[in-house]
Amino acid sequence: MSLRIRLRRRDVVCRQAVELVTGYLEGTLGRADRRRFESHLAGCPHCTEYLAQMRATIHLTGRITPEDLTPAMRQDFIALYRRWHAERGDQSGSGGSA
Amino acid sequence: MLVQRYRESMLKLAACYVPNQAVAEEVVQDTWLGVLRGLDSFEERSSMRTWLLRILVNRARTAGARERRSVAIGDWEPAVDQRRFDATGHWADPPEPWLEQVHDRLTAEKMADRLRLAVAALPARQREVVTLRDIEGLSSEEVCQVLAITDANQRVLLHRGRSRLRQALESEFGGG
Repeated sequence: MSLRIRLRRRDVVCRQAVELVTGYLEGTLGRADRRRFESHLAGCPHCTEYLAQMRATIHLTGRITPEDLTPAMRQDFIALYRRWHAERGDQSGSGGSA
Repeated sequence: MLVQRYRESMLKLAACYVPNQAVAEEVVQDTWLGVLRGLDSFEERSSMRTWLLRILVNRARTAGARERRSVAIGDWEPAVDQRRFDATGHWADPPEPWLEQVHDRLTAEKMADRLRLAVAALPARQREVVTLRDIEGLSSEEVCQVLAITDANQRVLLHRGRSRLRQALESEFGGG
């Protein structure tokens, strides 16, 4: 009886497994937790699917690229860059080159 | 050139804090001014990129409409709706499969669109971490430096953010 309770406490159930996914992927789970997580996966196709979906989500997120700059923003950046350049020139020129 | 190389990262990150693109642009410009003034204090041990993004975050937080404190880790946010598990903690409503559709080019594009929306809809702190880690490709150490958060906080935010993104894809494409 006490053995079964202890086993149950040590086993990972699905509700806990989904919370361990990021730690597992980040490699930050302790050895015992990792072993419990992996042995749960071995017997649980749903959590295996869940882990695969998390991996795919991360991969797909990595393919998001920012939208292009609007022309107005591009203008601003060019202006900013020129100003930056000019200010730097002033400083290093020490007193302005006339 | 430096401004070009970092502009997209900076705009995206600034957008986490401020209500619209125009303000994000201001924050980025303001950041460059701060960079120019602070060049002397640049620490060589941190990478240029990390340092730059750190300044940006500080500026953006000041400019941001919302005042946000450090993450309350105690606020439990499950990775999956708890109603999907039975009383013993096993799946009652298991994940709907959608992985096979990734191989279809058109569907993959739709998924990318859906993800873009889902990232935008994340709570700000989760969006910051997910953007820096999974879109910008920074390491967890770099993200902690940029956002000035602990590694544990970083991981919790990443976990919650990624879990929401997965759910968004499942909700739209699962079982199809």
